[in-house]
Amino acid sequence: MIEPIFILEAVVNGILLGGVLALLALGLNLIFGVIDIVWIAYVDLVTLCMYAVYFLVSVYGWPLWLAGLGSIGAGALLGVLVHLLIITPILSSPPINQLLATGGLLFFIQSVATLLWSTDHRSVRVSLPTLEVGGIFISFSRLLAFGLSVLAMIALYLFLRRTYTGTAIRAVSQDREAIALMGARPQRLYLVTSAVGGAMAGVAGALLIIQYAVHPYFGGAFGPLTFMICVLGGLGNMVGAFFAAFIMAQVISVGGVIVSTEMGYVIAFVIFIVLMFVRPGGIFAKRG
Amino acid sequence: MTTTFRGLGLLALVAMALVPVLPLGAAQEYIWHVIIQIFLWSFVGNAWSLMGRFGLVSLGHGAFLGVGAYATVLLWNFFGMTPWLGGPLAVLLTVALALVIAYPCSRFQVVGHYFALVTLAVGEVVRLWIIAERDWTGGSLGVSLKTGGTASGLWTLQFADKRVFYYVGLAAWLFGLWVWWRVDRSMARSAMEAIGEDETAAASVGIRVTRFKMGITALSAALTALGGALLALYLAYTNPDTFSGIGVSLRIVFAVVLGGMYSLLGPFVGTALTIALSEYLRIYFGIKLIGIAETIYGLLLIIFIIFLPAGIYGSLRDALFRRRAPRPSGDVPARA
Repeated sequence: MIEPIFILEAVVNGILLGGVLALLALGLNLIFGVIDIVWIAYVDLVTLCMYAVYFLVSVYGWPLWLAGLGSIGAGALLGVLVHLLIITPILSSPPINQLLATGGLLFFIQSVATLLWSTDHRSVRVSLPTLEVGGIFISFSRLLAFGLSVLAMIALYLFLRRTYTGTAIRAVSQDREAIALMGARPQRLYLVTSAVGGAMAGVAGALLIIQYAVHPYFGGAFGPLTFMICVLGGLGNMVGAFFAAFIMAQVISVGGVIVSTEMGYVIAFVIFIVLMFVRPGGIFAKRG
Repeated sequence: MTTTFRGLGLLALVAMALVPVLPLGAAQEYIWHVIIQIFLWSFVGNAWSLMGRFGLVSLGHGAFLGVGAYATVLLWNFFGMTPWLGGPLAVLLTVALALVIAYPCSRFQVVGHYFALVTLAVGEVVRLWIIAERDWTGGSLGVSLKTGGTASGLWTLQFADKRVFYYVGLAAWLFGLWVWWRVDRSMARSAMEAIGEDETAAASVGIRVTRFKMGITALSAALTALGGALLALYLAYTNPDTFSGIGVSLRIVFAVVLGGMYSLLGPFVGTALTIALSEYLRIYFGIKLIGIAETIYGLLLIIFIIFLPAGIYGSLRDALFRRRAPRPSGDVPARA
């Protein structure tokens, strides 16, 4: 039998993991909600941003916070590039081709990373203390990542709610024909959305590199999970994705402690599949 | 199909059947190896397209492939069960899995993006499960087929001579084409197309949506599992990354979409092209520049999908038919 204290620790770690997962899911969901295309390679953009932070810090000697800002910029740039080079030509293609084009990007990014940087695991060594609260050990870097993801999500929320562009973006996701009639240019809004989504990937990359080592196939660990979370919350539904991220993180974290790491994921995916059948439109969808 | 086409097809078939007898010099083993892989993967691609062409885009065929391959290998390794028995059992097991997934999916109308992502999750579940059960499956290191001392022979379906498997592959591929053709000519095709267009409307004219969807999914899964079993027997080795998970699922779909998923030979053309390409790149670059082959492969996939959305064979055939007989053909659905 596992001692309760370990379970409690797993719960806390699950909450912290949930913050970063929520950030990933929100970025992907924003893009899906507005452009209606699932970027299969979204988490691989995060991988590239992690590499960016790694090189800026360990090779060019930038301070971590500055490298983090660089990562956000790099993410936004990548988002714009993906949109202009890959998404724009296939905006009117069948959905399967759109999925596959970004799937091709996944292969491309993974192999370019292998080609340029080999399959070595690289991490930014930051010596942050571990906190002990009532017998539970919490790594400070995770706490930091959690706090910053929450901040990033609040920033995204304010951007979407309080700015003119944000309002326009929300309008596109509701009705893409009507917004064109209102005089806004969907193409420009798509570009802004891709940049914002990319920037979110940049934030996530900067927060993940202080917890995990990066390697070309890093996206494989988080990619499928991020899709599950988005679908579970309802594709395009921000609030749903936010809560779904925490649910999945709990299952993985606690399941990982009780059974084994892989089985934690297996259980999470099985729960996802079952929930999909019970609530096909996501956990927060109204049943039609 | 005109008689010229039929004649050409027959000629191509004879040529294929003759490949193992041709004197190909020192590289012959390698050439057979590549063609066997093309046959078997085309067979799997064909199985996928049975669902894909009706809008049931599965990104989880790796799950079916993995269960088929692993069940066959493990039944042999642990129980000494001949693949003649283990293979069909593996297929049955996969069909059971497919039905467990397909029933709720059709019942609750999980379609489009959602269906793709649910199947993707199924693929990941199988891959992670294989890794988690490492005592049995060897985890991510994979598992070799225990051949024992009496490896070669019909009983174990292991042959030292690659040519035997060449014909097995050819037969499997032709069988896949035959199944595809039968489905194409059947009532089920019309029903499935109606379902793909609009499920509610299809149900309202009396098409039994759930039944047809489950049927086509079971058929597709069964063939995929058979393909997985044959691949595992041929390679005598399975590992979770080549037989399940998102990578292999995407590769299957890529090959089919590249070739054209609405045509009989599309999956073959696409598979032959992707395998030939990756083999060529692998040989050309060797062990210099690890990753370059995959980089070019990924890049070409993106370019092909952007510029040839109907697939290579599909586009070619459309162009040919439009020139030969300018009819507003209804059998080239370029639907979403």
